[in-house]
Amino acid sequence: MILRLALGSLRARAFTVALTVLAIALSVALFLGVEKVRTGARASFADTISGTDLIVGARSGSVQLLLYSVFRIGNATNNITWESYQDIAARDEVDWIVPISLGDSHRQFRVMGTTQAFFEHYKYRGGRALEIPEGHGLDDLYDAVIGADVAATLGYEIGDPIVVSHGLASFTEHDNQPFRVAGIVARTGTPVDRTVIVSLEAIEAIHVDWQSGAQIPGQVTPVERIRAMDLKPTAITAAMVGVQSRLQIFGLQRWINEYSEEPLLAVLPGVALQELWQIVGIAETALVGVSAMVVVTALLGMTAMIFSSLNERRREMAIWRAMGARPLVILGLLVLEAVLMAALGAVLGMALLYAALGVSRPLIDAAFGLWLPLDPPGLTELWGLLGVVGAAALASLLPALRAYRLSLADGMMVRV
Amino acid sequence: MTDGSEQTAPAVWIDALRFSWGRRAGFALSVPELCIAQRESVLLLGASGSGKSTLLSLICGIVTAQAGTVAIAGTDIATLSAGTRDRFRAEQIGVIFQQFNLLPYGSVADNILLPLRFAPQRRARTGDVRIEARRLCDALGLPPGLLDRPAGRLSVGQQQRVAAARALIGRPPLIVADEPTSALDAATQDSFLRVLFEQTQAAGSALMMVSHDERLAPRFDRVLRLEDIAQTKRSAA
Repeated sequence: MILRLALGSLRARAFTVALTVLAIALSVALFLGVEKVRTGARASFADTISGTDLIVGARSGSVQLLLYSVFRIGNATNNITWESYQDIAARDEVDWIVPISLGDSHRQFRVMGTTQAFFEHYKYRGGRALEIPEGHGLDDLYDAVIGADVAATLGYEIGDPIVVSHGLASFTEHDNQPFRVAGIVARTGTPVDRTVIVSLEAIEAIHVDWQSGAQIPGQVTPVERIRAMDLKPTAITAAMVGVQSRLQIFGLQRWINEYSEEPLLAVLPGVALQELWQIVGIAETALVGVSAMVVVTALLGMTAMIFSSLNERRREMAIWRAMGARPLVILGLLVLEAVLMAALGAVLGMALLYAALGVSRPLIDAAFGLWLPLDPPGLTELWGLLGVVGAAALASLLPALRAYRLSLADGMMVRV
Repeated sequence: MTDGSEQTAPAVWIDALRFSWGRRAGFALSVPELCIAQRESVLLLGASGSGKSTLLSLICGIVTAQAGTVAIAGTDIATLSAGTRDRFRAEQIGVIFQQFNLLPYGSVADNILLPLRFAPQRRARTGDVRIEARRLCDALGLPPGLLDRPAGRLSVGQQQRVAAARALIGRPPLIVADEPTSALDAATQDSFLRVLFEQTQAAGSALMMVSHDERLAPRFDRVLRLEDIAQTKRSAA
């Protein structure tokens, strides 16, 4: 009966209560949304590369190696010689190895030289393989396979010519050897989307007339002669390695790190991703902090709303008192109201979030490559919601205590 | 309440009562003696601001006196703890205010049954609470089918009758009414008082009504003037 009356009291002030509940709902939706995006981003991030056991590059930091080899951010400090690459490839533990050669660009996108094996072994989001719904892989020397972002941004279609620029932000172009868009990779949400993939030989081919990073003046080798050349690379930037048995990962890693011919570094992508996330993760903590502040603001709004209602409800309190309600009942009544509002707001906020997620999930995936799983709320979320309700109860103690004191002082004497 | 002494104890007994508001020290009230017998109806006349409401708060145990005794149906309420006193009030006293008696968002039934929520003995005495609530509504001249209507939609006259039903349910030994007719027009006043008296007698309760309206006097067993039974002191604060 008390619960019914408390609900009735809320209904009687439906408009202000609705606004308060809405504010709580929105703040809860924001909070849970941030949490979802955060875990989604973290998972997406960790899913950038999977199935690869080791990434090998010249010796630098593990995060740096990860950044340039997988995320194509920054540059390699040094290359790996082709001999070292072949030494690693010849190891018994190695199941497969994919070379990566970076350094050139097309417009704002990086060009990566690799082999057809890249399409077999590069996996993302828990073992998904790259798909080329349009066109085909690297068949010809001058075939280029482009990522979905490259195609969308530059409006490329199969068969369009591509001219690769030397270096990253340079004005010299390899315009005597244009590429042709052979395939477009379906969107993955990984850096592959922003990459132009060509064959390792093609990287060699476009640098035939170059020496120590500069074009040899006046020398232009005809394409026919280049095609006839042996285009074995002398150096690559990095390599992705898969081992026969997972037990061998650490042995191979130690062997590579202790390789005496050349300083090399082998990292486990998962570990390096973790390290990288620790750096990126500061922003995520800030985001959670801000959304938590929004929840606090909404609860403060609710407290203010209860406070301002106290005066007009002194009569009501006097009736409760005269009927034999203890001052504690008055206090409980106000806390109950706050808990009801917060609980309603929390449930509504959750519904709001799932509705919004349901609608926008494919859009977010398409636009940002961020896959937000539509799981039922986890334990963390439930604890969060419970925390909101608890905080509401706690915040309402302030006006409730005031009502308690008022009802003690007023007795039955309130005249409205 | 089967105890013999309580059977014969007066509904209200006040002895050498002295009270002053703690913070608003400007007002003090003392009542040397006041006795209201069981089933007696008493009209307490006094101008507004004469301390009527303070006296009612004292009788209902919502405030407690600094000295003296207030006994309701044989129990000195000063000896009760605050929580027990609140429950005691719910068990023993039905209260009717001047107006705005009801929780407007509750149904008529909710309002009538509210005191029983805090008074298990009174509830047990009532039997089937909904049947009793309906019976009281009928007896008090309320139109049928009102129980589930929101109390806030009722006319002022109907609201006062609902308040009377709420005070009478479970037959408490004492009904306290604070100017219950002042918000009603003359015709409604008259019929309201008639059914209130009928039902108070039927319930076997004593009735203590406070008013400034002397025309009500003939209906009561006894008429007291506040200035005769109490001294008030009001220092210019």
